[in-house]
Amino acid sequence: MNQMSMDVGTALGSSEAVADAAPKMTARNVAVSYGATQALRGVSIDVSTENVTAFIGPSGCGKSTFLRCLNRMNDTVASARVTGEIQLDGKDIYAPDMDVVQLRARVGMVFQKPNPFPKSIYENVAYGPRIHGLARSKADLDGVVEQSLRRAGLWDEVKDRLADSGTALSGGQQQRLCIARAIAVNPEVILMDEPASALDPIATAKIEELIDELRGKYAIVIVTHNMQQAARVSQKTAFFHLGSLVEYGDTREIFTNPREPRTKDYITGRYG
Amino acid sequence: MSGIGAMFAAAFGLGVLAWWLGRRKALAFVAAPGGDRIGAVHSLPQYHGAFVAILALLPALVVLAFWGLAGNGLVAAEVLAGLPEGTRPQPGLDQAAFLSEVRGLVRGDYAAAFNPVAEGAAKAWVAVERRYAILFGVAALAVGLMGALWGWTRLRPDFRARSRVERLVMGLLILASLVATLTTFGIVLSLIFESFRFFQMVPITEFLFGLNWSPQTAIRADQVGSSGAFGAVPLFWGTVFIGAIIAMIVAIPLGLMTAIYLTQYSAAGFRKVAKPVLEVLAGVPTVVYGFFAALTVAPAVRDFALSIGISDASSESALAAGMVMGVMIIPFVSSMADDALAAVPASMRDGSLAMGATPSETIRKVLIPAALPGIVGGVLLAVSRAIGETMIVVMAAGMAANLTANPFNSVTTVTAQIVALLTGDQEFDSAKTLSAFALGLVLFLVTLALNIFALSVVKKYREAYD
Ligand SMILES: Nc1ncnc2c1ncn2[C@@H]1O[C@H](COP(=O)(O)OP(=O)(O)OP(=O)(O)O)[C@@H](O)[C@H]1O
Ligand SMILES: [Mg+2]
Repeated sequence: MNQMSMDVGTALGSSEAVADAAPKMTARNVAVSYGATQALRGVSIDVSTENVTAFIGPSGCGKSTFLRCLNRMNDTVASARVTGEIQLDGKDIYAPDMDVVQLRARVGMVFQKPNPFPKSIYENVAYGPRIHGLARSKADLDGVVEQSLRRAGLWDEVKDRLADSGTALSGGQQQRLCIARAIAVNPEVILMDEPASALDPIATAKIEELIDELRGKYAIVIVTHNMQQAARVSQKTAFFHLGSLVEYGDTREIFTNPREPRTKDYITGRYG
Repeated sequence: MSGIGAMFAAAFGLGVLAWWLGRRKALAFVAAPGGDRIGAVHSLPQYHGAFVAILALLPALVVLAFWGLAGNGLVAAEVLAGLPEGTRPQPGLDQAAFLSEVRGLVRGDYAAAFNPVAEGAAKAWVAVERRYAILFGVAALAVGLMGALWGWTRLRPDFRARSRVERLVMGLLILASLVATLTTFGIVLSLIFESFRFFQMVPITEFLFGLNWSPQTAIRADQVGSSGAFGAVPLFWGTVFIGAIIAMIVAIPLGLMTAIYLTQYSAAGFRKVAKPVLEVLAGVPTVVYGFFAALTVAPAVRDFALSIGISDASSESALAAGMVMGVMIIPFVSSMADDALAAVPASMRDGSLAMGATPSETIRKVLIPAALPGIVGGVLLAVSRAIGETMIVVMAAGMAANLTANPFNSVTTVTAQIVALLTGDQEFDSAKTLSAFALGLVLFLVTLALNIFALSVVKKYREAYD
């Protein structure tokens, strides 16, 4: 157990959490139920641009559910009921006058399972810029597509076959394509639901590099089952268990000196 | 043929008896010491019973079926042979009329015989028929009993009755499916054969490429113009114009929009009700639509055409028939499109919505392109249904084989012409009658090709997401 703990400890990233970071999104007392089953209760978290936030916790504890509250994707689930308050730049995103379409353009999302559109690689990445009218010319759009693919670490693999279908890529490539698609619209917040679960170590390293590079420009939330990854890329960590937020704090604190015994058990692999 | 019902009932009685006996014997195996271990008696007692019952029933039914099919012929042959020389009717029409009178007398349809010979023949018929009935009845019973006995003696604890029954059941099912397949096959063969005869009278090139369709009836063989013109292009055009163009202009947008609303916008509860209701709509008899087309839509279309200054608008029009057919096809298109849209993974839609796309952008740019093969397949199936549709065109489009693109004119279709060619008294080897077979063959081949192509498109697309 201690061995494990030390492993994670040594994986800790070099950057410390910025202490007085201004929150980009704030969640207060968020609860979600699907029909009669309560999936999440009493979650309060701040997400900032300066610090990458990692969500960890056993399967089914509500990480994805909470992530989907942040861009109101739970609206698409008929049975889902969200209560509590979530603000983006101080504005309640569940307020009646909030434009969901605009919200989702500002809060991008990479899904747990890669879901490229059955279109060409180019069209997949160009999708967002097109619908939001972000590119003025074809050259502009080409530039956005290339830059997004480069950042997602996919450019070299696909630059000669941008016209091929996005669904013909390997699982890991598809996931990076989805990341490129999400960052192509320059969102202010990027929600990543296990973005590296289908990736090999090299591609994973690229994604982690990307996250590191994006930190400070975008507020980033990443769900991961990989403790080392959480320790490497994040400055803030939230541990969920059975639908509640058990502990939320600086990643260094959580991984070296957790307050809650449940957190410690989970991180050291005694629990899973 | 009286008493055949009773004979079948007796055969089934025999089957039940055989089942009971077989089962009883097998129950005794199970009751024997050690018989209740799994595997001690290979099959359950009811399988033993079923095995014996099948062995009893099958031969008996075969004999009875033979009697049912060939009985009349046997009796007729014997009755005819028994008639005194000279009064015997000539083979052919004469004989057929005579026999039908005899049978009418036997059934009691006629009070008195028109032909005195038939009077006697009817008496003979009754006697001969009774004799055959007894003969076949006894034969059926005998083979049934023999089958049952043989089966019964074969029962042993390790006898694999279950496998045999299963195999017999399978055989029965194959037989049943063969009936449908072979019937279709026979119909196709007859289409081909009769078409071939037609093409000996009218060159196939004239039929396929000729622009003039006016089949004539020859009252007498030497009549002028007895062959007529058999250029089917106006019919093909009319079929395509109504079924594939006008009907689809109506059905594709409406069907697609219905499907989009149902899959993407409506509440789950509403969809659960609306979808079956739409599908029931597809079951409305087409003659009802035909009524509506002929009595309501066609006059309205003509009045509209006249009001905008089209003076040659006819009361039967391609537009009226096509529009009503389009409405008829809507549930078909919407149901296929609904399936295709619902088969697009929800993650695709979520991906687009999460990019900040509106629902309608998502539908236009992601869902419809993704579902397109399925939608196209559905539309092709709908086309193939539309071009085979008969009632509406017969009632609303008319019979005039015009080669026109004016939707207010009367046109006719392949199916409507087939109806026209084959209704009323017809000579069965005139070019006019035979041309119906050639038309049927073309229709069959085109719809077959459309269906195969459409289904393969739909299937390939399904595989892409499974
Ligand atoms: N659409 C839905 N309808 C009903 N229940 C749901 C739905 N989505 C999630 N749930 C339930 O909500 C709970 C939390 O699920 P969630 O997907 O948030 O877990 P998670 O922490 O992301 O798990 P994992 O690590 O396996 O992805 C689970 O019990 C799940 O069964
Ligand atoms: Mg999840």
